[in-house]
Amino acid sequence: MNNFVILPILVPLLAAVLLIFMNRHIMLMRIFSTAASAVSIVISAILVQTVFTHGIQTLTLGGWKAPYGIVLAADQLAALLVLTTAVIGLLVILYSFRSIGEKRERAFYYSGVQFLLAGVSGAFLTGDLFNMYVFFELLLIASYMLIVLGGTKIQLRESLKYIVFNIVSSAFFVIGVGYLYAVTGTLNMADLSVKISESGQTGLITVIGVLFIVVFGLKGGIFPLYFWMPGSYYAPPAAISALFGSLLTKVGLYAILRVFTLIFIHDTGFTHQLMMWLAMLTVLFGVIGSIAFSDVMKIVIYNIITAVGVILFGIAMNTPASIQGAVYYLIHDMLIKGALFMLAGTLIALTGTASLHKMGGLITRYPVLGWMFFISAISLAGIPPFSGFVGKLKIAEGGFDKGETLFSVLILLSSLLVLYSVLKVFTTAFWGEEKEIPGTARRSAKGLLYPAAAFLLLSLLFGLGTEWVSPYVNQTAENLLNPEKYIEAVLKE
Amino acid sequence: MRQQKTNDIILQTATKLVSFIILLFSFYLFLAGHNAPGGGFVGGLITSSAIVLLLLAFDLKTVKSILPVNFIYVAAVGLLIAIATGAGSFLFGAPFLTHTFGHFHLPVLGNTELATATLFDLGVYLVVVGVTMTIIQTIGEEE
Repeated sequence: MNNFVILPILVPLLAAVLLIFMNRHIMLMRIFSTAASAVSIVISAILVQTVFTHGIQTLTLGGWKAPYGIVLAADQLAALLVLTTAVIGLLVILYSFRSIGEKRERAFYYSGVQFLLAGVSGAFLTGDLFNMYVFFELLLIASYMLIVLGGTKIQLRESLKYIVFNIVSSAFFVIGVGYLYAVTGTLNMADLSVKISESGQTGLITVIGVLFIVVFGLKGGIFPLYFWMPGSYYAPPAAISALFGSLLTKVGLYAILRVFTLIFIHDTGFTHQLMMWLAMLTVLFGVIGSIAFSDVMKIVIYNIITAVGVILFGIAMNTPASIQGAVYYLIHDMLIKGALFMLAGTLIALTGTASLHKMGGLITRYPVLGWMFFISAISLAGIPPFSGFVGKLKIAEGGFDKGETLFSVLILLSSLLVLYSVLKVFTTAFWGEEKEIPGTARRSAKGLLYPAAAFLLLSLLFGLGTEWVSPYVNQTAENLLNPEKYIEAVLKE
Repeated sequence: MRQQKTNDIILQTATKLVSFIILLFSFYLFLAGHNAPGGGFVGGLITSSAIVLLLLAFDLKTVKSILPVNFIYVAAVGLLIAIATGAGSFLFGAPFLTHTFGHFHLPVLGNTELATATLFDLGVYLVVVGVTMTIIQTIGEEE
């Protein structure tokens, strides 16, 4: 019994409800949501440290013992991701002050953000499959609200697609949960793991595993199921895109990582082979998209798809090195996508266009923005001192250990194309002749740059302080590869 | 097209009577939830159906003057109550959402079992009423 585990969900939830009452006072909403996010960061940081020193923390809701009640279980993976979520939440809220506009702020924008954060934290912390579905719905409904908020034409069109695809995938989630419940008679993830290892992973359970790949693949943007993403992440304002790009797809990946290291672990041949191929195709289509477009936002969005593929490849390899790499890369990618979306959003706010053909020579006017974009670009590609490096290195190492030499080399080569796609933005938008931008005077980017700078700083610290972060990541990988610890913590006594 | 003024006297008179019966039934279902079919969700839906009946018989303005509340805040209050009953267990050192009950001697009802789960249900009830009425009023007000 440890009520501390629920606080990362409870604080944003309570803040979201209280923010509904404040919707007439914009200043009050801003201060309150900032304060609530700061509190969540402190709480999640304490949670990370507690899990690090005392092992997995669990909370049985309502005091009902594990297989019967809902359990919240904070292992190091969940704790680290909850901390990252809280940090992203705070920075996105700070970025919103200057970029989101008063009309949207009055329409319960900050409540929506806090509900989304509560849903994401809940999905990371829960130890129960159906409860995970409920938290998925919480974060998805908040995201439906955020994607359509403001009601411009493109938002209405894209939100319709987004909602339809997500409702379909949620329906499949329920069907998968129903099948699994019919086969095993339990929904607690630790208990499921025990039941399946007792009865053996039959063909039917593998089929259910593949169904879960489809479900979480639709949420996470894996190869044949990513088609909704480029449009719907393009539609909302940059602050909301940053929130979606760094959190939503990663929840799907977390669910795959959790389910395939805890539940479907006894017959990995087929499922992990399938994931490997899907991962390669995801990377392939991601880099093709990011090279093909000359639109700043689209390039960043297709880079999410590439990163999803890389992380999925790490999960599919399922070796200690590759799981460590996947965790490193997951956290790195959450931070750097936040930074890139904010910088791209700032670029669009300054020039009034998203098309690269209409930009040029911005480095003379906005040197800070330019060099920040450059650093985040090479950090995204994984140039050694920066944060993308360790993750990709470990993932490739895992691939070589498994004997998938060709695919590992391809993963490394994809970095080049990722680098090409983001440096294309840098070279055309910031170098060259200065182009006349019609209708826009010389604007200052100050308020918009601070949150992006904070993201970049965290990402730099994450890269340079690998030595300091690695004990936490090692513990995460160790927990994931030895599910006995998780099961023991949840089903103790 | 010529707007014909209709006379809804039968509908309005029936509504005045029936809506009270519906409200009573919804409170019965709300309180019965612990030991019989019912609970906050159905209770809330039936309460909003009584208000919807009022909306059908009269118009938005009349109903707003009868019930001068912003239903968004009703839903928010419901959420707040639900969260507070969950977090209230912190005070007693119990896990989140732990509920308890006790027997009390009430003036009219005699020996009654009161459970804190009813307070959680009250939260659900208010959220359901708030959300349903917000949806219906927002669509109704659209031009």
